[in-house]
Amino acid sequence: MAILELNGVTKTFGGLTAVGDVSFKVDEGSVVGLIGPNGAGKTTVFNLITGNYVPNAGSILFEGRELSGMATNKIVSSGIARTFQTIRLFQKMSVVENVLAGCHCRMKAGIFSAMLRTPSQRREELEALQLAMRELSFVGLAHQAENLAANLSYGNQRLLEIARALATGPKLLILDEPAGGMNPQETDQLVALIGRLKERGITVLLIEHDMSLVMRACEELVVLEYGIKIAEGKPDAVKADPRVIEAYLGTD
Amino acid sequence: MMTRKRGLAVIGIILFATFPLWMKYVRPDDARYWVDVINNVGLYAILALSLTVILCDAGMYNMGHAAFYAVGAYTGAILNTQLGVPILLALPVAGITAGIFSAIIARPVIHLRGDYLLIVTVGVGEILRIALINDVFGITGGPNGIFGIARPELFGFKIKRPDHFFYLIWGFAALTLFLFNRLKQSRFGRALDYLREDAVAAEGSGINTDRYRLLAFLLGATWAGMTGSLFAAKMTIISPESFSFWESVVIFMIVILGGSGNMAGVLLGTFIVIALPEVFRDFASARMLIFGLAMMVMMVFRTQGLLPPKPRKFILPKLAEEGD
Repeated sequence: MAILELNGVTKTFGGLTAVGDVSFKVDEGSVVGLIGPNGAGKTTVFNLITGNYVPNAGSILFEGRELSGMATNKIVSSGIARTFQTIRLFQKMSVVENVLAGCHCRMKAGIFSAMLRTPSQRREELEALQLAMRELSFVGLAHQAENLAANLSYGNQRLLEIARALATGPKLLILDEPAGGMNPQETDQLVALIGRLKERGITVLLIEHDMSLVMRACEELVVLEYGIKIAEGKPDAVKADPRVIEAYLGTD
Repeated sequence: MMTRKRGLAVIGIILFATFPLWMKYVRPDDARYWVDVINNVGLYAILALSLTVILCDAGMYNMGHAAFYAVGAYTGAILNTQLGVPILLALPVAGITAGIFSAIIARPVIHLRGDYLLIVTVGVGEILRIALINDVFGITGGPNGIFGIARPELFGFKIKRPDHFFYLIWGFAALTLFLFNRLKQSRFGRALDYLREDAVAAEGSGINTDRYRLLAFLLGATWAGMTGSLFAAKMTIISPESFSFWESVVIFMIVILGGSGNMAGVLLGTFIVIALPEVFRDFASARMLIFGLAMMVMMVFRTQGLLPPKPRKFILPKLAEEGD
């Protein structure tokens, strides 16, 4: 069953069509890769799904509900979390505080219960902290909890973004170049992490340029070029597709 | 070491809390005057703390804070003089009125970037001041303002002398510190920090940034409104000139000078900005010069303020095992 469905999604910026009539489905529990040369419109597709942009045409359905026009925070609380291509952590805050940002949308306490420090508010705070530590431990950063986010290595910052996204309790996790800046060892660990995400029942949609990661981690691929979908299917089939080869390598 | 620091803090608080009592012996001639100066410091401290929520926590440039202060003061004064509501009972109403006023103002401009928002808030402050001078609804008393505001009464005790007000104002300041500190350590406080640091990432983590920006304005303005009512009660007379653009600038200055977001810094900043000029009254004409120079030096050498904010501490729960 498709958890996410894009139908004829189009986004233009002035005269430029960044995404043109793109349709694809993401099956529940699968790991899908969105690939394509630089400037193909992959990140724009992500920004459309997460509500950072509103499509000019087409529909984006998540569990059968229309997403386009919804505020980003509503989309997150409905079960889609993301990481950013250019890392967007709260650099001056501690690692655990970054993850607590993800817990926010699953918490309820407001101004008054915080001022009165009610028992339910205190319980909720403790539970959030426990959840944050569990997610940090899941990505292997629990021992760094009290460090500043800015002091983490590049690879670990990517992992911290994943932990923050996981803390929102997503059904679908969208990763924008998760292996960017990682060494081969870290990339191997990331592939294993994606496997464990799948075991947890989380659907993963990712953009990645590292083809070894894409081929190992993804079950389905969607290929974009100049905002148009040029191929989709199993990684091996896509790899052999002459249009994909042409898009990546050019023709004589 | 820690206990020694705590001991000093306790002694400091006791000395401060008994200030009106011992000042009578230290300066028998003008003790009342000095208590009144400290009362003013208290009012500005609460105002500055309320601005901190908007300016430092949520990161929104608001240089029209005196407008919310004015709405609170006038609401309290009108309720008291026209309807005979005791001023302390009118206090929460004044706060809520100022809060609603701020929400109406802020709703359409909340998404504006720093400097643009600053211009808007300056404009709002001026519009309100001129509206008050022109007696818009026929209830603000025009340029003369409102007089004859009744002294507040607490459990049958009439608060009228400066030393009485000392305990009322600083009691409220202590309550403010206590509550705001709790807020800082909560979901609400964190949400403001996230949206200030990176609004896109905050929104992408599921935080309704528009809502929290508005809530920050609402809370800051509500508190300023309540402080306005306290001011009205203390002065018994209020007029538009008490809420000029300069007032907004002073409150803004206190917060930036003291240390953006650090409450102890804000208190220190208030003493420096409000009390020090009184101490150096003899150089009346030169003090603003020295003051301006001090601000400039600060902004070059210590942009984070006298006492910069400290990172939050968490007591981390122990986990059974570390996965990798």
